[in-house]
Amino acid sequence: MKQTNTTGDRIFRSILFIAAALIIIVVISMIAMMASNSLPTIRAFGLDFIISSEWNPSDGAFGALPFIYGTIVSSVIALVISVPVSLGIAIFLTEQAGPRVARPIAFLVELLAAIPSVVYGLWGIFVLAPFIREHLGVWLQEYLGFISLFQGRLTGIGMLTGGIILAIMITPIITAVVRDVLEAVPTTQREAALALGSTKWETTQVVLMNAASGIAGAVVLGLGRALGETMAVTMVIGNVPQITTKLFEPGYTIASVLAANFAEARDPLYFSALIEIGLLLFLVTFVVNGVAKLMVTGIAGRGGAVAG
Amino acid sequence: MRASNPFFLYAFISVVTLFMLAGCSREPMGSGNSGTAPGGAVRLQGSGASFPKPIYEKWVSEYGKIYPNARVDYQSTGSSAGIKALQQQTADFGASDAPMTDEEMKAAQGGEVLHIPTVLGAVVLTYNLEGLTAPLRLSPQTVVDIFLGRIKKWNDPKIAADNPGVNLPATDITVVYRSDGSGTTSVFNDYLAKVSPDWTVKGQNMTLPQGVGIGAQRNDGVMGQVRQTPNTIGYVELTFAKANDLPVVALKNAAGNFVEASIESVTAAAAEALATTQEDLRADITNAGGANAYPISSYTYVLAYKDQKDGSKGKVLADFLWWATHDGQKFAKDLHYAPLPPEIVARVESRLKLMSSGGTPLRP
Repeated sequence: MKQTNTTGDRIFRSILFIAAALIIIVVISMIAMMASNSLPTIRAFGLDFIISSEWNPSDGAFGALPFIYGTIVSSVIALVISVPVSLGIAIFLTEQAGPRVARPIAFLVELLAAIPSVVYGLWGIFVLAPFIREHLGVWLQEYLGFISLFQGRLTGIGMLTGGIILAIMITPIITAVVRDVLEAVPTTQREAALALGSTKWETTQVVLMNAASGIAGAVVLGLGRALGETMAVTMVIGNVPQITTKLFEPGYTIASVLAANFAEARDPLYFSALIEIGLLLFLVTFVVNGVAKLMVTGIAGRGGAVAG
Repeated sequence: MRASNPFFLYAFISVVTLFMLAGCSREPMGSGNSGTAPGGAVRLQGSGASFPKPIYEKWVSEYGKIYPNARVDYQSTGSSAGIKALQQQTADFGASDAPMTDEEMKAAQGGEVLHIPTVLGAVVLTYNLEGLTAPLRLSPQTVVDIFLGRIKKWNDPKIAADNPGVNLPATDITVVYRSDGSGTTSVFNDYLAKVSPDWTVKGQNMTLPQGVGIGAQRNDGVMGQVRQTPNTIGYVELTFAKANDLPVVALKNAAGNFVEASIESVTAAAAEALATTQEDLRADITNAGGANAYPISSYTYVLAYKDQKDGSKGKVLADFLWWATHDGQKFAKDLHYAPLPPEIVARVESRLKLMSSGGTPLRP
């Protein structure tokens, strides 16, 4: 790229540079702000903050473990449900369906991503929760009730409901990224596999193998979305800071506790505790998204090199 | 053309800046010696509790009709944020459902803080139980036992004892509570602690034993869960329950009567608590005596500095509060708030007369 030296270009370049630098400044200042504001709880509790499970603001007990646990468990439930479905959709769209079928389905999947999360939450309260309480939960308890996972009181509100909502919300992003990754696998590989006499299923296996790290990246991107989702989860997860292995029992996520309590955190230590939880979530999503980006660009870069 | 672009930009920026400066200087600064002086509109900025927001908005609009030069903006940011805004003087007045503590008053940067009660509210228990025709009746200890998970079934003998002849289902009770910090929870905690030594939770958050309940955000969240989930019981503001026609529990009060929350029973609680109400009006009227008093009633307050730095603003604030606690009270009932009892209005008057600016009383 040639750099010209007219005044206009120079000003143009510096404006662009400022725009780019701004985002770095924002990220750094956010981390700095959160770190400095969470100092009081870091000093008061240290590591106990993360490993203690007692959360009782009125007694000054701040243990964030129930929120970390709830965030991880609801996200894992979401991945367990969403990953097979998203993979299925993406493979169908790229490997099987003709454009006439693929286009409307792809459009519908993208439409799911455009629905505001509060709408998902309302749907969760009015449709999904009663469905789980009256049908799915009853069925699970009848046939799988011997597993402690499915025991307990059925209110329709709880960890499982939160996980299912999240699963629906992260399906579009996983599907879209997996589709891009599969399309990045060069056609020559498919042709080679077919030429060697592979069936469609065997060809797909070859493609999937080539796209493995990109697919893993897509899953991690979905995980990143699930970790930070707030509104919809808050409305159906039950918001109780407890650690339980029972899926029908309520839980609590980091994002939910932040959203629910910031406005009324009267005690400085309480405020600081909330900031520290926010910092934890920020760091985790930061790392998760970074890992995902590395994985996805890995496959795209490789595919390009092969094709070139 | 290309080289002239930046000059256009600079010219544009300087023109915009000029206009902004001109706009600022034209903004009225409230320099008149009286808030209602013609030509000098005064703007007050208040922030705090969300519970009284509907009535404050009503007052602001009605007051604006009478005194067009007084503008009051109220933001419902939550009681804690309201207290913080007052302490740090980022708002002209604060508002809170619970009175400020002594430490919080000490941390206020603008000197002594006055508590002006404006209206009364109440916390009611709402439930979702099929087949009940009359309101469910509960005594205080039963409520505590339900919230502590000691009473697990709706047909528990303790509940049945309060509801003779009512056919209660043998289903599990699910408690729905506020998961966000709120003045509603604070009043409810306060009441439960008063009626039972077993209740140890204080403040704006509720913590329940494992497996007792589910949390929801705000009044609408609690209402949504209770409406949607059979066999639940939760608590919300009276105004909210009335506006949405929720079934509410008749609660046994200190005098032993089962009382439903209503505007009359809440005002009755305030009137009964008069004798024990402190001079500074930081009152706690839960579990008040009196045959008709509803036990989970509370005031909501406007918080203002006794010494107002800005005389014109202070004058408008004092006049507005005077009007709100007198003429303004007639708007309360329609919005399901209980108006102040006359005895309290008299005591509010003496508090408002303390407001001054630079040593001059604002309401002589």
